[in-house]
Amino acid sequence: MRWLSQLFSRNRRYDEVSASIREHIEERTEELIEEGVPRDQAGQTARREFGNVALIEERSREVWQWATVESIAADLKLVLRRLRRSPGFAATVLLTLAIGIGANTAVFSVLNCVLIRPLPYPEPQQLVAMRLNAPGAPGLTDFRDELRMSASMYLTFAAHNHSFQSIGVWLPGTASITGIAQPEQVNTAVITDGVLQTLDVPAAAGQWLTAADQEPRGAQRVMLSYGYWQRRFGGDPGVVGRTISVDSQSRVIAGVMPRGFKVVSYDFDLLVPAAFDPVKEILAGFAFHGIGRLRPGVTISHADADVARLLNVWMDSWTNGPGTDPHWYMKWKITPAFQPLKEQVVGSIGNVLWVVMATIGLVMLIACTNVANLLLVRADGRQQELAVRSALGAGRWRIARELLLESVTLGLLGGVMGLGVAYGGLRLLTAIGPENLPRLSEISLDGLSLTFTLVLSVLCGLLFGSVAVLRYAPSRQAVPLLGAMRTASVSRERQRGRNLLVVAQVAMAMVLLISAVLMIRTFHAMHNVDPGFSDPKSLQVMRITIPETLIRDPQTVLRNQNSIQDKLAAIPGVSSAGFAVSVPMSGAEPNWDGIQLEGKNYEGEQPPLRLFNYVSPAYFHTAGTRFVAGHDFAWSDIYSLRPVAILSESLARDLWGSPSGAIGKRFREFPSMPWHEVVGVVQDVRENGVNQTSPATVYWPSMMANLYGPGPLNARRTAYFALRSGRAGTQTFINEMQRAVWSVNANLPVAAISTMQDIYSESMARTSFTLVMLAIAGTMALVLGIIGIYGVFSYTVSQRTREIGIRLALGAQKSELKWMFVRSALVLTAIGVAIGVGSAAGLMQLMKSLLFGISPLDPLTYVAVLLVLAVSAAVASYLPARRAAAVDPVDALRAE
Amino acid sequence: MQSLRLRPMHGYALVKHIKQVSENLLQVEEGSLYPALQRMLKAGWLESETGTSAKGRPTRIYRVTAAGVQHLEKEVTSIEKMFTGITRVLAVAKT
Repeated sequence: MRWLSQLFSRNRRYDEVSASIREHIEERTEELIEEGVPRDQAGQTARREFGNVALIEERSREVWQWATVESIAADLKLVLRRLRRSPGFAATVLLTLAIGIGANTAVFSVLNCVLIRPLPYPEPQQLVAMRLNAPGAPGLTDFRDELRMSASMYLTFAAHNHSFQSIGVWLPGTASITGIAQPEQVNTAVITDGVLQTLDVPAAAGQWLTAADQEPRGAQRVMLSYGYWQRRFGGDPGVVGRTISVDSQSRVIAGVMPRGFKVVSYDFDLLVPAAFDPVKEILAGFAFHGIGRLRPGVTISHADADVARLLNVWMDSWTNGPGTDPHWYMKWKITPAFQPLKEQVVGSIGNVLWVVMATIGLVMLIACTNVANLLLVRADGRQQELAVRSALGAGRWRIARELLLESVTLGLLGGVMGLGVAYGGLRLLTAIGPENLPRLSEISLDGLSLTFTLVLSVLCGLLFGSVAVLRYAPSRQAVPLLGAMRTASVSRERQRGRNLLVVAQVAMAMVLLISAVLMIRTFHAMHNVDPGFSDPKSLQVMRITIPETLIRDPQTVLRNQNSIQDKLAAIPGVSSAGFAVSVPMSGAEPNWDGIQLEGKNYEGEQPPLRLFNYVSPAYFHTAGTRFVAGHDFAWSDIYSLRPVAILSESLARDLWGSPSGAIGKRFREFPSMPWHEVVGVVQDVRENGVNQTSPATVYWPSMMANLYGPGPLNARRTAYFALRSGRAGTQTFINEMQRAVWSVNANLPVAAISTMQDIYSESMARTSFTLVMLAIAGTMALVLGIIGIYGVFSYTVSQRTREIGIRLALGAQKSELKWMFVRSALVLTAIGVAIGVGSAAGLMQLMKSLLFGISPLDPLTYVAVLLVLAVSAAVASYLPARRAAAVDPVDALRAE
Repeated sequence: MQSLRLRPMHGYALVKHIKQVSENLLQVEEGSLYPALQRMLKAGWLESETGTSAKGRPTRIYRVTAAGVQHLEKEVTSIEKMFTGITRVLAVAKT
């Protein structure tokens, strides 16, 4: 604090020094007068004896100053004054930097929130996703990248593991809430005991679900999410203990989870206990996501080994029913491959984000190059001033410091403006970003992002400042003094610096443009894929679940669904309607198993797994999925349980060589099932997105004989209804749809209302997001590159006016002169392109996973980008070249 | 500082005082005196107050502080030691 009080008492000290010195001189003067020296002479003598008053005052004042800081402050004042004096330069540089730094900050904030920041649970490093691989299960990878856990697995692992503090499994689902206002379908997370303990976030009101809620015949209370609590109950704290009707079953609300709490990345409305009944569970049912919290000090590989050991216990303890071999799953080679929970949440988006970050970083580099160029030009203009200062004894460091101070000040000012750009950019990014971007709601500008901006600003400043410093500060002897520049053109050395900048810019622009064009081609390729349905804009989709508690009898469920389908088809403007358990790209939980062909012996061999779907008559017609052979189901087939099925084209070819060859053939899922006859073959459908292969699919009738559990029949209670209408997506149409459904049963909520186009776009969101980002970056790179080349050449021309004049005076042709400039631009471009192609070819291997239907080395793309760059470089250098050719030798040489 | 310890003085008086006491052997440069005074002020060895000069005009009077006295004694001791050392070395060199 002392230095602070010194700072404030400084002016008083200065006055004191002046007063003392004044008195000193006056006293001496009077003494001299007393000695008989004349008055005017006495004053002079006294002052001469004393010495340089100003200097001594300054030395005395310096005692109280921080010499370095104050001289930097003075430099800073000078820098700001100089910037104010050239507003055009300042505005260009600051705008470039603000956009560059802003874009980088925005993308970094996303990266930070999604990839760097820990998950919002206590001790998140202990959390693992209990992922299982089953390399021995053929066909599984067609529709699942992992084997999920079954209920029996959870019961076994939870009881016998030594690695976890807690484990739990969960499943996203839906439930109908009735009795509040309109019937409503909400998103549920069905959770076992251990899920809340693992995530370890306390309830905002009431309490967690307990082990007692997991009793299959117990009370089975529910918990609300914060959002649902606010939306449906207005945040009423008295809601705990109230009863609501979930799927027509009364349940007490145990508590409310706090704002922002998600089950892993799933945003639910209601937490419902799974309440497994160990007596009824079997080995199969691989549907659940497993999560666990490791004991302190236990590593993931320990946990893997621990659970691998328990797989034998699992097969010893459970069965799939009498007559089945529980150890049959040995063939699947199930292996635990647990991973940190964060990796699962982030998924493959990390790849996209790093690519976007790298791209934006490259744009920043190009922008820095341009700024460096401008600074070089500016420093050129100050060359004589710097030379004089250097000659008068200014140290190398002193001049370097001033140049760097200027560039870092520019960087920091740009950074401050960049924060504004980043704020706007983030809002834009969250708006156009893929909706399924994980942790989207967590994105904000936090301390780390601000630090990033600061570091980036300073680094940029140092980067483009050091170019000027390297050019002007180092060699006192090499700085040309006054007049040395009169007739000469630019020295080779200095021209080389700017040429390097051009080459670097062209190389970076090349990389960015190639990646942008490859993304455009990917997008195009994806749009050209036949997804297996037609005109998604006029295909309206919604989901209806008929819970067992509402309608018990499967036959009645089917009749209800049939009536809904008929009512929907009768809405004016609807050409057809149908339903299926899953529509493409909707993310519905797939059902799958192997099928066995009639007349084939499967001893010791297991058939590959196939995707199952269950459809109603007219569904394919509504969706626009073409029949390649055979025909559709009829309602009579379904009501009479006729053993029929429809196959996807690729599956039919795989099994019987051709679609028509499959018609009339028979197969079944397991021995107790009757042989099912193939009556139709439909075109392949891109179930998992247009960039994924179409899985081999079996389409079963929507109601079948029940061969697993109680009761003779099995109807599909959750189904997506599809309607073909030009009115799809309008609110009046949706209202009419809802009325049609409620005219069949007033307690049925309608959920997931969207057009197929929405689902389709959503599945392409990641690609279109990457595309938009890369296209913006590529365009910026091209524009900045052109500006850079143009800037360098027009500056060169202005510097070489005298040389050009001499050439012209000696008889050089104007066209030759123009060509001279364009040629040197093209040479630089060629070098840049060569470097760019090399780096792009390497970098594109990293982008491979984002590309579809196009090689990362697509020659057309490379050639096209090359041509664009070459033409741009030619134009950018031709304009200044034309100006050079227009030079009048008389004007140019008049000064000589 | 030793001089100021005897009697608080202002700048010009100090120059004259040192000249007189050392019988013109020591001449204090004004160029070093004022910065030196400021340094000692900053270090807290001196304090300054408003006073009047011999001619009755207002000026700054410098006075040694307690910390200044302490420092002075240390310096004097070390200077004396140095002189003793120098004298001895010179004495040996003479013989």
